[in-house]
Amino acid sequence: MSQDQDRAPRSFRSQWKILGGFFFLGVLFWGGFHWALAATNNETFCISCHEMKDNVYKEYRETVHYYNPSGVRATCPDCHVPKAWQHMIVRKIQASNELWHKFKGTIDTPEKFEGKRLELARNVWSAMKSTDSRECRNCHDFKSMDFTRQGSRAFDFHERGFSKDKTCIDCHKGIAHSLPKGMTAADDTSHF
Amino acid sequence: MKIRLWLIMWAALVIVAVGAWSGVAMAEEVRTLRGAVPLDGADQAPEMAKWMPDSHTLPRNYLQQPPLIPHQIDGYKIDLRQNKCMTCHSWAKAKETHATKVSLTHFRNRFGTELSDVSPQRYFCTQCHVPQRDAKPLVENSFRPVDAVR
Ligand code: HEC
Ligand code: HEC
Ligand code: HEC
Ligand code: HEC
Ligand code: HEC
Ligand code: HEC
Repeated sequence: MSQDQDRAPRSFRSQWKILGGFFFLGVLFWGGFHWALAATNNETFCISCHEMKDNVYKEYRETVHYYNPSGVRATCPDCHVPKAWQHMIVRKIQASNELWHKFKGTIDTPEKFEGKRLELARNVWSAMKSTDSRECRNCHDFKSMDFTRQGSRAFDFHERGFSKDKTCIDCHKGIAHSLPKGMTAADDTSHF
Repeated sequence: MKIRLWLIMWAALVIVAVGAWSGVAMAEEVRTLRGAVPLDGADQAPEMAKWMPDSHTLPRNYLQQPPLIPHQIDGYKIDLRQNKCMTCHSWAKAKETHATKVSLTHFRNRFGTELSDVSPQRYFCTQCHVPQRDAKPLVENSFRPVDAVR
């Protein structure tokens, strides 16, 4: 009897220990995971590759999302990495493809970059089109837009465009970078 | 002899004095658009004029004048790859964008040949068409538009 009484609390204690251990590991893992996500989710990381820095970053620095009257800056991940974590994970896994191409040197010269640019841009366009430009809408919500205080052309286009189910990227291509060479009529989705 | 010398010296003195005085007077009269700030002095920055908000057709002053751009064009690129203006002003787009179609004259090259797209001479739209800032003219202008456009 006394032995049984002795054993029960001990196993109880070790169970707790194991559980606690798992919990601790979980915290560590989760923390590390978050740390890894956060560390790869800022501009400094993106432009640590010259492929990103020498081309797209340079162009972006001359646009309204880098420097504007309200002083709010949109950085690379704001437009390219989803905020909600289930979408973010998917994008992060896709991004490991970038590592592979970095290794292969697919776009490591300006010429190679220009050569592949149309394809890369089309990937981004179709991704944005399929999410109804979700990343733009994280900051700009057309329901919060005061059309009457926009320029008369913006007013006109937004009113007619949204009523025809157009999305931001249909009309605002090239908002942060130069457009690629060789675009065809099919790339212009702004007709409404 | 002595008197002649004296006279010459006096005359020279008068000439120098008058010259110096008128020089000063002229320096006061001649002003550049910069104002009276010395060349190496710190000038006061002119007031920043804002681009005019989007509006509609602005008046022209003479018949061949390229019409002024009645809207903002910040960030519009015109280069080898793209011509942002044509995304609204091309004949294909003008109807749905409510923009004025580019003039027929823009399809003609310098030899008078009619081309199927905008002539290279007319490609860089902002060479001739400019938007307006809300700025006061620096100097008065007495130009009057011809009657035909008034
Ligand atoms: C390891 C170097 C490296 C880093 C760091 C990097 N990139 Fe890239 N990125 C590349 C390469 C190489 C490609 C070309 C991939 C290919 O050829 O398919 C690319 C392609 C892209 C594309 C086009 C994607 C597509 O769908 O085709 C986007 C958008 C992009 N990067 C954004 C980013 C952003 C945002 C960051 C920061 C979170 C970032 N990159 C960090 C190397 C990098
Ligand atoms: C991080 C937030 C953020 C994201 C994401 C974002 N924007 Fe913006 N956007 C801004 C800010 C801030 C401004 C400047 C507002 C001002 O004029 O002060 C701006 C300005 C603009 C303008 C006005 C341009 C001009 O010349 O006045 C357009 C058009 C625009 N954004 C489109 C987009 C599109 C399309 C996307 C998605 C690809 C996007 N934005 C993503 C914050 C963002
Ligand atoms: C049907 C085409 C069209 C669609 C769709 C569209 N825009 Fe626009 N947008 C325009 C035009 C045209 C302008 C005015 C001209 C310019 O700024 O170049 C404009 C202007 C803007 C401006 C500047 C407004 C101002 O007057 O200061 C912002 C910000 C903007 N758009 C954001 C967006 C966002 C975000 C979306 C998606 C929710 C979107 N637009 C969808 C055509 C469109
Ligand atoms: C305001 C949103 C916005 C921001 C900020 C932004 N991008 Fe983009 N990016 C786009 C869009 C939209 C495209 C699709 C092509 C286009 O329309 O120019 C694109 C395309 C790309 C491409 C594909 C190649 C190309 O030129 O089309 C790469 C690579 C890229 N971005 C990387 C970056 C990096 C790195 C940064 C940060 C320095 C960044 N982007 C910042 C919106 C943005
Ligand atoms: C988003 C579409 C859009 C873009 C891009 C655009 N415009 Fe316009 N533009 C218009 C519209 C719409 C009007 C007519 C305004 C009105 O009268 O209501 C106009 C009017 C004009 C006019 C006046 C025409 C006349 O008969 O008086 C000129 C000139 C002009 N634009 C030149 C340009 C130039 C140059 C560019 C490129 C730097 C440009 N536009 C880009 C939409 C656009
Ligand atoms: C060499 C100077 C020059 C260049 C470059 C030029 N234009 Fe013009 N544009 C004119 C003149 C002059 C007129 C008025 C006389 C005429 O119709 O030819 C005019 C007229 C116009 C009109 C009014 C047409 C109408 O029916 O009233 C539009 C719109 C226009 N231009 C747009 C453009 C666009 C867009 C570009 C660039 C693709 C451009 N222009 C390039 C000189 C120029």
